[in-house]
Order: sequence, then C-alpha cells, then structure tokens
Amino acid sequence: MIVAEQKPLNEIKSMLKGCKKVLAVGCGTCVTVCFAGGRQEVGVLSASLRMSTDLDGDVVNVDEAIVQRQCEAEYNAPLEAGLDEYDAILSLGCGVGVQSLAQQFPEKRVLPALNTKFMGYPAEHGVWEERCQGCGNCVLHLTGGICPVSRCAKSLFNGPCGGSQAGICEVDATTECAWHLICENQLKLGLFDEMMEVQPAKDWSSARDGGHRRIIREDVRIPDEEKA
Amino acid sequence: MSTMKYPAFTMPESNARPMSERCDSNLTRLLAADEFVVTGELGPPKGHDAEEVRKKARMLLGSVDAANVTDNQAAVVRMSSIAAGLIMMNEGVEPIIQMTCRDRNRLAMQADLLGAYALGIRNLLCLSGDHQSHGNHPGAKNVHDLDSMQFLRMVSDMREEGKFQCGEEISGGGLQLLVGGAANPFADPAEWRPYRLAKKGIAGADFVQTQLVYDMECFREYMKRVVDMGVAEQVKIIVGVGPLKSAGMAKFMRDRIPGMTVPDATIERMAGAVAGIDTEKKAERSAAWKAEGIKICIEQIQEMREIEGIAGVHIMAIEWEEAVKPIAEAAGLLPRPIMEV
Amino acid sequence: MTSFEPEIVAFCCRHCAYSAADLAGGGRISYSPSVKIVELPCTGRANALEILHAMEKGADGVVVAGCLPGTCHYIKGNTQAKHRVTHLRELLKTIGLEEHRTRMVNISAAMGAQFVVEITNFVETIKELGPSPLSGETSNTRTEGQS
Ligand code: SF4
Ligand code: SF4
Repeated sequence: MIVAEQKPLNEIKSMLKGCKKVLAVGCGTCVTVCFAGGRQEVGVLSASLRMSTDLDGDVVNVDEAIVQRQCEAEYNAPLEAGLDEYDAILSLGCGVGVQSLAQQFPEKRVLPALNTKFMGYPAEHGVWEERCQGCGNCVLHLTGGICPVSRCAKSLFNGPCGGSQAGICEVDATTECAWHLICENQLKLGLFDEMMEVQPAKDWSSARDGGHRRIIREDVRIPDEEKA
Repeated sequence: MSTMKYPAFTMPESNARPMSERCDSNLTRLLAADEFVVTGELGPPKGHDAEEVRKKARMLLGSVDAANVTDNQAAVVRMSSIAAGLIMMNEGVEPIIQMTCRDRNRLAMQADLLGAYALGIRNLLCLSGDHQSHGNHPGAKNVHDLDSMQFLRMVSDMREEGKFQCGEEISGGGLQLLVGGAANPFADPAEWRPYRLAKKGIAGADFVQTQLVYDMECFREYMKRVVDMGVAEQVKIIVGVGPLKSAGMAKFMRDRIPGMTVPDATIERMAGAVAGIDTEKKAERSAAWKAEGIKICIEQIQEMREIEGIAGVHIMAIEWEEAVKPIAEAAGLLPRPIMEV
Repeated sequence: MTSFEPEIVAFCCRHCAYSAADLAGGGRISYSPSVKIVELPCTGRANALEILHAMEKGADGVVVAGCLPGTCHYIKGNTQAKHRVTHLRELLKTIGLEEHRTRMVNISAAMGAQFVVEITNFVETIKELGPSPLSGETSNTRTEGQS
C-alpha cells in the first residue's frame, strides 16, 4: 500500500494562511490503513486546526469529508456540489489523491496535508517499511523475494557491499542489510549460484528515469468511439 | 553469523589477455612482473590549492609505485580525483583514480574516464561509495546507476571491446586502463567476502585493494579461502595496512568503524607504548604511540609477504603521509623498482 | 477570580471508574457538580477525536478513568488509553493548549472515595489553569461524502 504521514500541524496552518473556510478530505483506502488520512485522522486534524487557529485569533473553519478512494474521480464527484463555500480543499490523501482533486476541481486550491512516503509493508502495528520503488522491471525472482532497489541504500544488484555488518546496513543502525537477507534467502532456496552471476547494468528507463510513466492497456481501454 | 553453508566455488577460467598487455602503467608492469607492489593514498584537499596536493605527492614520491586519489571520500566534497591525480602525476607519482557510483551515472563516468585517459591517467579503482548520509551533503541525491560490479564490467568492456556501455564504439579504440575494486575481508556476511572478491574478478577487476587489515588471523583465513577458489591467480590482491596513531584511535576503529576489526592484543600493545610516560606529556606520548604504530605496521607488512596470494600492500596513512616512507623503508620495500616500457 | 467552576468531561470505564462514581454517589461523597461522566465499555474506546471534540466544545478538562493496571477486562484497553492520552498531550501543546488539560487516572470499582479524590484533584488542576481559552463555538463540523 501507499504509506504516508501527516505534515506537522504548523506547516499545514501556514498553508492555510488567508483561508477562512476549508474542506478537509480524507481517503478510505491506503492512508486509512496506515492511519494518516482516514476518518479518524481527518477528525483529529480538523479539530486541531479549528482549535489552534481559534487560539491564534484568526479562526479557519474546517469541515470534514471522506471519500472511499481519492485517486479516482468517480469517488470525488459528490464533493463538487458544496465546494463553492470553501477557500481551499485540504487533502489527506496520498500525492495521487491530492492531484486527482486538483485536476477535478481546477478552480479550487488543493493543499496536501500528508507527506507521501513510499510503497510499503506494515512491519508491526505503527511501523511501516518501504518495499518497492516501482522500478518498472521487477527483479525479485533473482533476489530471494527481497527488493534491492528499495531496500538496499545503494540499490546494489550484485551482493552486499563492504559496509554490511552483522546483518545491519552501514547507512542506518536500525535497518537490515537487504543483501544480507538476500544472501540468506538464496542459500535457503538453494539458489546461491545465481548470486555469482554478474547482474548487468539495469535499464532504468522503465523507472522514473525514463520520464513520466504511463500504462496503456488496449484490452481494457474503452475505444474512443464507444466513450461518447 | 550465518549457519548456512555456502556452496563450493572455483573461479571460472579466464580468457583475459596477460596482465602486461592490458595497460601500460608502472603499476601494471610491476604487477605483471610479480613484484610485491606498494601503493599509497592521497586525500585531495577540501579546497582548490594545488600546492597541497603537490606537497602530499612529494611525501609519497619514491616510496610507492602508485597512489590512490580518493573521490569525495566519506561523501565529503573535495577536489576532483582526476584533477588531483593530474597534479600528482606532474610531481612524478602515478595516480590510481578512485571513482564512486554514488556521484555519477554511466554517462558521467564514461565521459570522465575519457578525459582522465586523455590526460594520461591509467589506473582506476571502481567503488560503490560511502553513503552520502554520512558526509557533508546529507541532503544530496545519490546516483547508483551502476553498482561497483557493473562499473567494473563496464570499464573492462571499454578496454577489451573498445565499446561504451551502450555498445557503441569508442572513437580511437579502447581505454587501456588498469581496473581495480575494493574488498573488505571483515564485513558481513563473513562467508560471502571471498565470493565477492571472486565476483569482482569475474566482473573484470585486474586488482583489488582491501580495507585496512589489523586482524592477521582472520585475514589469513580469508586469504586461504580466496586462494583455494583460484581467485589470486586472476586478481592481484593488494592488502590495506596503515599505522595506528594512538591507542584511542585503535579502539575507535574497533568499536566504531563498520567492517573493521582490531585485535585486543594490538590495542594493548598500543596502550603499552606509553607506559611510564606522564599523561601530561602529550607530545611525548603521541610520539611513542606513532613509533609503535609504525612498528606494528612494518611487522604486519613482513608477515603479509609470507602469505600466499598477496601481490602487495596498500599503505593508508591519510593526513600522515610522511609515515609512508619510513614504513616502506623499514619493511625492506625501498627503493621501488621502476619498470620502463 | 470569581468562582470558576470548570467544565470537566470524564470518560469512565463501565467496569471500574463508572461503578466507582456510582458508589461515590450512593455513599453521598460529593464532588464537583460540573463533571460530566461519559460511560465507556472500556477506556480503550476513548480516542483522541472524542477528547478533542470535548475540548473543542468548551470542556476545560478531560479525564479518562480506567481500571487499575493489569486489571482491564479487555486485557490492554487501559494501557492503550494511557498511551493515547500521553500522545494527545503532545498534540494539545502543538494546538496551543496546556497539556495538563487531559489526564488518565486508574481506579477500581470499589474505590468510590478514591474516585472522588482523583476527580477533585483534576478539578483543582484545571482551576489553576483557568478556563479553556477556546470559546467552544468554533466547530462547524459537517461530515459528508461516502465512506
Ligand atoms: S525490483 Fe523494482 S518492481 Fe520489484 S519490488 Fe523492487 S522496486 Fe519494486
Ligand atoms: S549494507 Fe547492505 S543494504 Fe546497506 S548499502 Fe550495503 S549492501 Fe546495501
């Protein structure tokens, strides 16, 4: 899932400068599951903003709403009716959600209340770890099911670097060395020989390096003539 | 430590040209002639004063066959290794240019290598690079387009096939560079380390230089594995050694530097060096420590010469370059042979 | 200051504090009349949102009263509540309120007198802090959209 966390309250407040009334919009999908932008978080943030701006003497009225999936226009459509009264929309969706609202309601300012972090995995309640960078050409079959692009600080492809120590990455004492784990898994799976193959330079054009990415699936796409 | 067994491995046959034909550097010729080589290290300044480079180069001149020029070492910005290498070359010391995957993508790497080659630089050390979070620009974006294996492979292809990484021909033909990598015998997983060295050889390394070695016992074991795999026949292994400056430094290295082991006996020996010297007499203590550090280093080099598969030593005395000469001298490594073409 | 009688909301667990409050009432041990007791099945049910809403609507203080440590009927509800209250205090500071306007207390069902002591204690703290700077009229909550 997409993992995000809320921006500091003061940063959000400074974004709201000049607004009298805003609509905070949460999302019922990824950011609900990671406790960043679900109904509860929308409530807490909105109440916090109302109280805090009131104490500052320049109250911003914050109304609350939640949509099931902010990254899809259909779910956001019902918001349109009441939007006139708001100076801005404060989105508690991920970056995609914020942009969907911005695209859908171009006459409104849409402000991000969250920092979108990564595609991750809930390692324990309250702890999320990055698992994928969407490099566009998955190599997990070669790496024991552990992603070297997102989990190795240097995105190495050919085994642990000289900084790996007792299973921990040289970059951060709390992070496991991805390549140490890969070594162990490949051994367990009897695939260590693969580790001795020099993996050729990766073609990063499938990743963000290749420019803005888009997938077109003609089998799913609705032909133009049928769209009307 | 892993309890899992690593499978047996033997280095595949190499069809590489003989060492002497790969490059025309002094270091290549000495390695090809099976001389016990000595390399040093020069850290470029955090500024633009060429004289600082010249001064350090002069301290190394005559004591080493070639010297590494670090590339933004520890992710701290310094004078470019190619520029400092050229200044050093003009002082008569042959450079080994270090280059990291952290700061350059494949375009920048190849462009800089063409430039370095045009300037007469012939030896290259390919590194992943320390992560920028430990350096002085922790907010920098890192590159890691290639990893160090892929980097080695690219440069070795640039030489052997005269082609860029994309497959296009290099005008004027291949870059006859001597290509090296780094090896850390003490990093984890420990069992993996000999395999990684072998893999660097497969990727195209002519030589490797190791991380600083203090723990001779561990190192001997590592070398035995490496030799048994048949790696030393294909890759020249140059061992990192360096004089300790004080007992405190020895402890710091043991406790704080990842992938570094310093045996307790060595630390005790360093501590013993200042026995009887008043703690107030700082200069005297420092001199005693340094003398002991140099002595330990000399003894280590002598031991290294007896270990099978070792092609030379890499004496690292960063910010203490004047120590290199007495060490090389006392270890019986001077004068350095010069092998003209 | 003229007699300031703070508005207090007490979120009380049914299994302990709520019964203790009953016991106190039955025993005619009196405490501040402006304490509004909200019964919860467990303090694990008390969340940041409800405490904030109480404050927003003008409460001068919010107390969460749960079972003694280790005696929660749902095993960990009271420790989780404690955890939440601790974090909520940080949020109160960021908002610009005093952190002491909320507190967690632990009481058993038999401790009617102790309940009164804890509540009175909290009321005293709030009296010292004075009335909440919030007017209690900012809220314009509207929930819409689907979920
Ligand atoms: S290899 Fe690429 S696609 Fe696969 S998990 Fe890693 S980043 Fe994602
Ligand atoms: S220590 Fe492991 S995870 Fe960290 S950079 Fe090196 S190989 Fe990658």
